[in-house]
Amino acid sequence: MSQLQILNPGAVMTVQDWGRPGWEAYGVPRGGAMDPFALQASNVLVGNTFDAAAIEITGGGAEIEFVQSTVVAITGADFEPRLNHAEMPLWQATFVRAGARLSFGARRWGARSYLAVMGGIDVPLVLGSRSTYLPSRFGGLQGRPLQMDDVLSVGPGRDTAHLAGRRWPMNARPAYTVEPVLRLLPGPHVDLIAKDVLANLIRQPFKLALTSNRMGYRLEGATFPHTTSLPSLGVLPGVIQIPPDGAPILLMMDAQTTGGYPIVANVIQADLPLAAQLLPGDTMRFTLIPESDAVADYRTLNAWLRQCARELALEDEGIWMAANAR
Amino acid sequence: MPNWHMAPMGEAALLIEHGSPEVAVANSAVIELGRRLHQCAAQAQIRGIESIIPAMHSVLIRFDPLQCSRVELERLVWQVADETASQHVNATANDLAVHSLNVIQIGVRYGGEAGPDLDDVARHTGLAPQDIIALHTAQPMRVLMMGFAPGFAYLGPLPVALNIPRRSTPRAAVPAGSVAIAAGMTGVYPARLPGGWHIIGRTDDVLFDPAQQPPSRIQPAGGVQFVRIGNDDWI
Repeated sequence: MSQLQILNPGAVMTVQDWGRPGWEAYGVPRGGAMDPFALQASNVLVGNTFDAAAIEITGGGAEIEFVQSTVVAITGADFEPRLNHAEMPLWQATFVRAGARLSFGARRWGARSYLAVMGGIDVPLVLGSRSTYLPSRFGGLQGRPLQMDDVLSVGPGRDTAHLAGRRWPMNARPAYTVEPVLRLLPGPHVDLIAKDVLANLIRQPFKLALTSNRMGYRLEGATFPHTTSLPSLGVLPGVIQIPPDGAPILLMMDAQTTGGYPIVANVIQADLPLAAQLLPGDTMRFTLIPESDAVADYRTLNAWLRQCARELALEDEGIWMAANAR
Repeated sequence: MPNWHMAPMGEAALLIEHGSPEVAVANSAVIELGRRLHQCAAQAQIRGIESIIPAMHSVLIRFDPLQCSRVELERLVWQVADETASQHVNATANDLAVHSLNVIQIGVRYGGEAGPDLDDVARHTGLAPQDIIALHTAQPMRVLMMGFAPGFAYLGPLPVALNIPRRSTPRAAVPAGSVAIAAGMTGVYPARLPGGWHIIGRTDDVLFDPAQQPPSRIQPAGGVQFVRIGNDDWI
């Protein structure tokens, strides 16, 4: 059993895993890591299952101390992480000694880093998941963001110290970038709003408003005011809905399960990791693609995760066999 | 069958809408469709269905596009909708007491501090507070859908006499347990939440507890019978 202590949570720090699918009919959002790819990759690097709980670190300034030695990996955003003042590589499994301090500095790129720890963060399962759902204050650690002096336990897991140094290939990651171009499929209500809404969505950049959070991003740019009202219907992350004031809202992981605003487009699943790496004030663009491309790209991301997991497991096994042969 | 319309909501979700303008008809049809699709998923007639979200006049299916294609899913939905249509009974709220085993009782203190908008509703509808309470407790309400917040159920249909629009200015926060009406529906706020409905009472029952499975006392496709409790000498 290993532990880590939060010395400084930075802007927002929460426990997140892959979320709690299957309770949407009760009004419970799936939630989970904003960047599911980065979460899963960080877990694979330290030898965890894909869906183990990690720490989602939003913004710089965070500081964490490891009480026991363990193996960790940071993926996603780059906030200049340093381990005992030495620069710590991202997308790599790293061995940390007992008492080591991990600190995050200024933002180089992105919004959310994922810190996976060998064994996974161990908080109680709530409806099958360890994800923190802040709007209803459940999951994670007592349903709240992590605070200074919180101590988190790490689950039992096999010792993966030999994985230290493993790197996630550069060419097996989403196309993370500043001002990403998020790819869209047309939504079910595109004809209920102005005819040219899709053409206008892809024409100019949009900026994330200050009020954006894990539930959704309010987008500043073109507006599409309307008076259409709809009976509530099920929604999911990636939906772009237009409230009467016309400023689009991109739903993210903690979005409510239902909504009543017209839905004009959906950001494809493969591009949600790109959206997850935006902060208020950042800009993005949109483009339209065919549905078959959306599925193909989602398949590619999944194939990368599975292939890297397989390769690491093979190496893992080889090292164990060699060790046992001795 | 021709009543159903399907549209993709991204590559990982399918929206199935019922065309009837009558909420009661559309809603009972979508609840039945959702129930049957749930069975199909449970019986492994199709792989990859992740969640089924029934709403007012639609069902949203979230699925893994790597496990089943949208075309496959649409084919299954047409087949199930076809079967449903041939057996469909046009359920009304009155059937609920007879047909549903899932009606729970919720005790409510009406009016006063617990229901600050009861007098407003009386003014707006021209009914006496006593009559509003009598109508609200007269028969079980159907769970039309759940959403907005974990454990929040849109219940209805309300008797026509209680039909009143939402408040012009929503409250930033209403107390947990608030029982409210608006737009021909009623509901109970399971937690302290922003709310635009008229609050006519409050329950002390805990309606949502994520530590329980299922987390909500009110069940999707179930029903609620409101029961007047406590001292209401104020009337």
